[in-house]
Amino acid sequence: MSNPLRIFVPVKRVIDYAVKVRVNPAKTDVDRNVKHSMNPFDEIAVEEAVRLKEKAPQTTEVVAISCGSAKSQETLRTALAMGADRAVHVEVKDDSTLQPLAVAKLLKAYAEKDPDTTKPDLFILGKQAIDDDANQTGQMLAGLLQWPQTTFASKVEINGKDLKVVREIDGGLETVSTQLPAVVTTDLRLNEPRYASLPNIMKAKKKPLLKLTPEELGVDISPRIETLKVEEPPKRVGGRKVENVDELIDKLRNEAKVL
Amino acid sequence: MFFTTTSRIALQARNTLAQRFYATGAGANALLFVEHKDGAITGATLNALTAAKKLGGSVTALVAGDAPEGIVKEVAKLSGISKVLSAKDNAYANALPENIAPLLVAAQAQFGFTHLFTGHTATGKNIFPRAAALMDVAAISDIVGVEGEDTFVRPIYAGNAIATVKSNDKVKVVTVRGTAFEAASAGDDNAAEEAAPNADKPNLTQWMGEDIQKSDRPDLGSAKRVISGGRGMKNGENFKLLYDLADKMGAAVGASRAAVDAGFVDNSLQVGQTGKIVAPELYVAVGISGAIQHLAGMKDSKTIVAINKDADAPIFQVADYGLVDDLFKAVPEMTEKIGK
Repeated sequence: MSNPLRIFVPVKRVIDYAVKVRVNPAKTDVDRNVKHSMNPFDEIAVEEAVRLKEKAPQTTEVVAISCGSAKSQETLRTALAMGADRAVHVEVKDDSTLQPLAVAKLLKAYAEKDPDTTKPDLFILGKQAIDDDANQTGQMLAGLLQWPQTTFASKVEINGKDLKVVREIDGGLETVSTQLPAVVTTDLRLNEPRYASLPNIMKAKKKPLLKLTPEELGVDISPRIETLKVEEPPKRVGGRKVENVDELIDKLRNEAKVL
Repeated sequence: MFFTTTSRIALQARNTLAQRFYATGAGANALLFVEHKDGAITGATLNALTAAKKLGGSVTALVAGDAPEGIVKEVAKLSGISKVLSAKDNAYANALPENIAPLLVAAQAQFGFTHLFTGHTATGKNIFPRAAALMDVAAISDIVGVEGEDTFVRPIYAGNAIATVKSNDKVKVVTVRGTAFEAASAGDDNAAEEAAPNADKPNLTQWMGEDIQKSDRPDLGSAKRVISGGRGMKNGENFKLLYDLADKMGAAVGASRAAVDAGFVDNSLQVGQTGKIVAPELYVAVGISGAIQHLAGMKDSKTIVAINKDADAPIFQVADYGLVDDLFKAVPEMTEKIGK
């Protein structure tokens, strides 16, 4: 078991999940001048990679990689504080136009850049980012690499080059097996991400962080999808109260006609 | 302001053009990927068909599987399907994306499809982005509206904003939110059947088995009625009150993140921003305060009922009918009276 296992974990900086997003006055985007943090599904991905490293018999390197504006480095430092060994930042000027296909191409380009030092055995990504809700990047990356994909993982087992994943599907669970190299995307149930401790946050500042540009990776990141407008969702008019269970059942039967 | 006006004019112009295009009958040439399981078409496929028909062109269905014959016959009868492509191979069992995605690419190449549509289900989400990447085009996830051949409406930020997006790619690879479109039904026609083109079957993964939740209650994601419990349920045993009511109503049971984190119920029942997004006809929130993250997962429900003893709970601001009462009294009373 001397072959090192190299795990790449792409992470995205997104508006914090607890922030109530608001559409900007120009209706072109949401107001981004709010608290950001690591996409929750990516935290799960980092946690899984670090756990695999902690229990793996072979040496394992966990590489966190983020594509986005300069501020993405904060997100990478968080991943390093959680236990990633090194970080790669692919810097773009305006990350609001960076789309899943472009990110998948950047990840592939970096993975193939320098085969001796960058070739990953495994990609672990979040199943979706909570900002664009696309749920595409992992699948696209696997397609571009022609690697197997095991999405929406709630359990991951690695034994040498064998990978067994329990997936969350509609109505239950499904188990698939495959061989590394592979792409895994995480579902909520996979694990409970750890908090970075203060000493680890300090240590993370000294871990290596490589900066690259899409040009250096030879990837065209121009958006394929144009956002014409962004609007508030329709507001609900609630607030009607009923007096008792009888009135509630009556309203549901005769007014809303849903019973 | 300037931007809004221009984009509106641009949109109108495009719509006019698109309509003219439809009238010639030469418009969209869409492929519908049919999801099926255990010999039945998956519901979301029927909603995706309705969305695809809005493009105004023809819709061809693709059925892949180890024994697709029965599904092919059923799909051929659906109203609005002009042709059914049938791909029979053991490699297509269990909808493994590594094998299905190249099949979609081959079908697109042969027939020049302008659009690929399917439901935004676990299967659709798994396969479509892979196929899009193989075609070097963007994928458009979870649409709730079709504005034109290249323009779609989709929620972002867990439904807290609605984006209208235009694809500049030659092929549009789209997954459809089932609850946003009516289900298509069987018509009088019987579409012709044809063999799908051959495609690579790399067989990169092996399907080992599945563990489907055996419940008489409907699936949370597609149920017409949902009853959810929150922190106010106090413990897991008390969820039996909700199960009893759900059984009376033919409803699925969900939960808030608070109830899941407290260990009352399994994570798979979570409704909200990071859990399941539901839009049933009736959503009953019991002992749920109504945090933003929970509302994100259920606020598109047609009718919302809240039962909570705190009259100031935010859930009442979105509830069509609110009952301020102790759930431990109100829920059993509802269960008893609803059957009559």
